[in-house]
Amino acid sequence: MKIFQSTEAVIAAVLILVMLAIGFINPAFWGVDNLFSLAKSNVVIGIMALGVLLVMIAGGIDVSFPAIAAAALYITVRTMVAIGYDGVVLPFIGACVLGILLGAFNAFIIERFKMIPLIVTLGTASIIRGLVLGLLGTSIVNINKMPKELIAFGKVDLVSVTAANGATVGLTAMVLVYLGVAVVMHLILRHTMIGRSIYAYGGDAESARRAGVNIRKTIFFVYCTAGLLAGFAGLLQASMIWQANPRDFVGWELDVIAAVVLGGASIFGGRGSVLGTMLGVFTLVMIKNSLILMKVDTTWQRVVVGAIIIIATAITAWRDRKKLA
Amino acid sequence: MVAETRSNSVFRRLLGSDASILQLAVITVVIFVLMTVMNPDKFLRYYNFESITYVMPELGILCLAMMVAMLTGGIDLSIVAIANLAAITAGIYFKQPGVAEALAAGGTGAAFHVTMGVLIALMVGLLSGLLNGVLIARLRIIPILATLGTGQVFAGLALVLTGGPAIAGFPDAWTWIGTGKLLGLAVPFWILIVVAAVVAVILTRTHIGLNLMLIGTNARAAVFVGIRSARMIIYSYTMTGVMAAIAGILLSGRTNSAKADFGSSYLLQAVLIAVLGGTNPAGGKGRVAGVLLALVSLMLLSSGLQIMRVSNFLIDAIWGAFLVVVIAINYLRSAK
Repeated sequence: MKIFQSTEAVIAAVLILVMLAIGFINPAFWGVDNLFSLAKSNVVIGIMALGVLLVMIAGGIDVSFPAIAAAALYITVRTMVAIGYDGVVLPFIGACVLGILLGAFNAFIIERFKMIPLIVTLGTASIIRGLVLGLLGTSIVNINKMPKELIAFGKVDLVSVTAANGATVGLTAMVLVYLGVAVVMHLILRHTMIGRSIYAYGGDAESARRAGVNIRKTIFFVYCTAGLLAGFAGLLQASMIWQANPRDFVGWELDVIAAVVLGGASIFGGRGSVLGTMLGVFTLVMIKNSLILMKVDTTWQRVVVGAIIIIATAITAWRDRKKLA
Repeated sequence: MVAETRSNSVFRRLLGSDASILQLAVITVVIFVLMTVMNPDKFLRYYNFESITYVMPELGILCLAMMVAMLTGGIDLSIVAIANLAAITAGIYFKQPGVAEALAAGGTGAAFHVTMGVLIALMVGLLSGLLNGVLIARLRIIPILATLGTGQVFAGLALVLTGGPAIAGFPDAWTWIGTGKLLGLAVPFWILIVVAAVVAVILTRTHIGLNLMLIGTNARAAVFVGIRSARMIIYSYTMTGVMAAIAGILLSGRTNSAKADFGSSYLLQAVLIAVLGGTNPAGGKGRVAGVLLALVSLMLLSSGLQIMRVSNFLIDAIWGAFLVVVIAINYLRSAK
């Protein structure tokens, strides 16, 4: 049974089992409105997870992306409000550029001073959040002040259906944005020189260097792309929830890292795929959202997420050891 | 003359052979002078230093806990969650009908129950640390992920136990641990001194300390030398867990309350101070004296900034910047 040797197949199998179980406990799970809202919940966390995937394949870890996302979203929206600009394309470019710059800052410190990424990104996250909250303030930009076109962009639906209770529910078009980003990331990882360099560097940094991989370029590409995706996802969140909160995304690093690990990426680097990550994100989001459907008290959410991280990492550690033996 | 060389050698032994401690002492003095100059009439007050001795110990013990985890090349991201869970468990014990009555009655009964509360909190820390150690050493989960996961579980359990709001109203003897005075010094400060001394003795005078350093320096070689690595790593995380619980007791004693998300900024600060204190996050190097010096320097810095009414957010940013600068300095120094 070769298919069960692929990590993605195993995750997909687990995913389907969990779906069946949740649907059995509460059939409302299979309602169109629930499935659509599930798809919507995947978009922002999924785009961030793709950035973290890149970092993890390169053998690093990034806990600063929530801070980068919050900074990009808040700075962009505040600037738009301040100068009275409304639009979609330019703000997203702005948020992406901010993300790239902050990612480059991470890359510079990690590459130049040869420091453990976890500690560097803990520090930069604290700098970014502290500066944004300290210099720009903590007030939330609410829907009445939010740029109208940005909100309109977030409201676009692909299809809309009338649910059983008579309300119209739509599948957000942002799902397409997510899929587009995923396809691009997949192509970069599997079919470009830089993508292969990332796997090589994450698998064994020294061998990669001797084989002629440009280490500096690889590290910068990885952290800048993670920053870009964080900035992009940040502004996307603002346009989807119709507000800009500088304290948004606190604690997301845990969920995203859990999802990426759940998707089969190894924290030691060299392993991981876009498809696996997307499945991991879907599984995590689905379990978190469905705890309410399964009538589990919401206070248990963190316990469940923690348990998922531990179980998923224990399984990957066991798998990696078996491969080595 | 003789006395002078003697004191010189004692001095040198205190500083250690590496220059990082000396560098830290210089940084501490520079910050002290800078803050004194910038707040001429407010910084050098007895009250200011006294309040530092109450706030510093809980963070200091967390830093020492982080250092112990880093000795083997690991990290413990669950210490703050363990601290809160330990305090909350004790708080819930004090709220039990029988216990609450005995506490209200006072006397030996109250003393007994507060002692029980301390033991329960320490036990929670021990078991949490043990769980971390087993996950890391036996199931071979990488420390970052294992403690990230258990941190969520511990924080989640704390949330489940309290249902969200803070537990307030600890017994008097418990708040004495966090706010009392003993022989003219803050009780928490005494506890920090005792914990630091115990950790220093364990690290420098026992085989456990030596083994931990060896594992951190070269894990493979340590196995070949015959060190029971897994067992040692479990010991170190158990120690970390107990220390986190002590910090939790101090925090809840000082604020007379316990909540699932107290002290979340302590995690970054503990990592920062441990690294600043000369601990190598890749393992094998770490000294109690270094961590304590780093702790004092950063407490002086943030107290001075607070007197200058710098916003707490900017102080967070400054802490982060400090971490990055220290990383750079350490790199440049080792590259020389």
